[in-house]
Amino acid sequence: MRTDSAIETRPAETLGQGASAPDPHTVAGRAAILKKNSDRSRTGRRVLFYLALAVMSIPFVMPTWWMIISSLKPISEIFASPPTLWPANPTFDGYVKAFEMQPFAQQYFNSLYISVLVTAGTMLIASLAGYAFARIRFPGQNALFMVVLVGLLIPSEVTIVPLFQIFNTMGLINTHWPILLVSTFGAPSVLATFIMRQFFLSLPIELEEAARLDGLGRLQIWWRIAMPLAGSALAAVAIFTFLHIWNLYLEPTVYLQSPELFTLPQALTRYTDAYGGQLWNVQLAAATMTALPVLVVFVLAQKQFVEGLAQSGLKG
Amino acid sequence: MTTLIKSPVGRASARPGGRRPLTHLQRDALAGYLFVAPQVLGIAAFVLVPLALVIYFSFHEWNVLANTFTFVGVANFERFLADPQVAPVMRTTGIFSVALVFFNISLALLLAVMLNRSLAGITFFRTLFFSPVVVSLVAWTIVWGFLFQDNGGVNGALELVGVDGPNWLREGPTAMVAVVIVQVFKNVGLNMVLFLAALQGVPQELQEAARMDGAGPRTIFTRIVMPLISPTILLTFIITIVGSLQVFAQIAVLTQGGPGISTTVLVYYLFQQAFLFGEFGYGSVLSLVLFLIVLVLTVVQWQLRKKWVFYEN
Repeated sequence: MRTDSAIETRPAETLGQGASAPDPHTVAGRAAILKKNSDRSRTGRRVLFYLALAVMSIPFVMPTWWMIISSLKPISEIFASPPTLWPANPTFDGYVKAFEMQPFAQQYFNSLYISVLVTAGTMLIASLAGYAFARIRFPGQNALFMVVLVGLLIPSEVTIVPLFQIFNTMGLINTHWPILLVSTFGAPSVLATFIMRQFFLSLPIELEEAARLDGLGRLQIWWRIAMPLAGSALAAVAIFTFLHIWNLYLEPTVYLQSPELFTLPQALTRYTDAYGGQLWNVQLAAATMTALPVLVVFVLAQKQFVEGLAQSGLKG
Repeated sequence: MTTLIKSPVGRASARPGGRRPLTHLQRDALAGYLFVAPQVLGIAAFVLVPLALVIYFSFHEWNVLANTFTFVGVANFERFLADPQVAPVMRTTGIFSVALVFFNISLALLLAVMLNRSLAGITFFRTLFFSPVVVSLVAWTIVWGFLFQDNGGVNGALELVGVDGPNWLREGPTAMVAVVIVQVFKNVGLNMVLFLAALQGVPQELQEAARMDGAGPRTIFTRIVMPLISPTILLTFIITIVGSLQVFAQIAVLTQGGPGISTTVLVYYLFQQAFLFGEFGYGSVLSLVLFLIVLVLTVVQWQLRKKWVFYEN
């Protein structure tokens, strides 16, 4: 209906454009006019569309951009009004101070080694458990699977008080052990087990049956047949586990007290002057060093990141 | 296979200490137990035992300094009922969760619909909107804290359009708005991706057919697309609510629950009571309350999942 009336108002204008003007009274002519009109308005609409997207992306992109350029500004310029979009006098002062004020290199290493260790441990534990729950039949299997699923049900915030008390009794407060142990074996790894199980369920079983007839044991089948096929699921597990541990905040805050044991998120909040005021350029420099490497890897492996995190979102 | 099972002698000769068929099954079961052992024992030690201890501790008072651990009956529960801060904390938690879920879901849906087309540069924009998800949470919060300073970037931008912005983090209502904004933009990309996947699952033929029948884009969206992706919306909704109840770092970094207790949500209150004030017994009661809320939400989610299973595959 609407298209018809649009044609009715247009013919004069369209006809004036040349001898080959389409005849609005034939089907082909109508189609040509429609196409022309929509071509013109489509370009306009597209420009508007991209403009809208660009404006909407500001609060998503600006903070990261602001973090990076502000970290390069001297403290005198950081609250300049109007704000400068690019530092007038770029300086690495904040970066140098970040290392001087705290054992930042040590803290960086702490975060890195904890994240890598927990990620590797989770991949191993989750793929073993996920494989067994998907493939091996053993008495009590369903009950044990329910036990594991409870881990999905209980947020880590609920158990942080008793866990603190347990580790306090064991004398493990102010060590990395609580974070390493709970993250690898406890609730955070359940999602990984769940995703690995789903993946192994989707694998054709014929491959494994052939291997079993050849006399391979379960461990060999898991390692030599199932695992080499599980790349995509393992990548998803690796990505969301690493990011989860890299961002962990409540647990380090609760368990760690000495600056040389801190992880990065914890360290970032401690760049203050003698009066507790935040040293913005130092803090933003440290924040940039924390966020940028992950962002770079994300840009390089977007597809895996998005798929991996989407999976954790759906099942979580 | 049958020949293998029926000729134990043959197998025995092929493999020293050969096994009978029954043992084969047993060996398999043993492998199963060993495979799941690290995970199951881990859950038992770091989830189930602590969960039982939360209940046990909620009837006790633990004084770290004096190192005393005493049974106090239901005193901690009575305290919870009488605590004048509980009502505001619960209200704050509720407002925060509702606001967060509303803005997160609406924005994610809007972005997903806008980005669900094959135009040049669409992938680039998807990347932009997703990027905060991978930015370190505390780093992201610190930058926003910087932007929300009285003389910071947000007010700088408002000044350009002639608005005199508030001192965001120093006033109760605006501090809450700031915390919600920080969290919405951080995670909306994740829900956007989930919605995009759901939108791409809506059959093109259905939309074509509706268009043929004269349905406009709005009708097609409300009558065809929305009903088909509603299971995803509902599940995302609950996942986002449960997630909102766990928000801690943003509040600890941005406002420390303040000004006053205007941004003190349940998790932050629990952290404060247990780890800043050493009230572990009372902290345990608060943990239980958090657990019950999440439990109810999760049960609702499971019930819904049972009703709408078709989105799962």
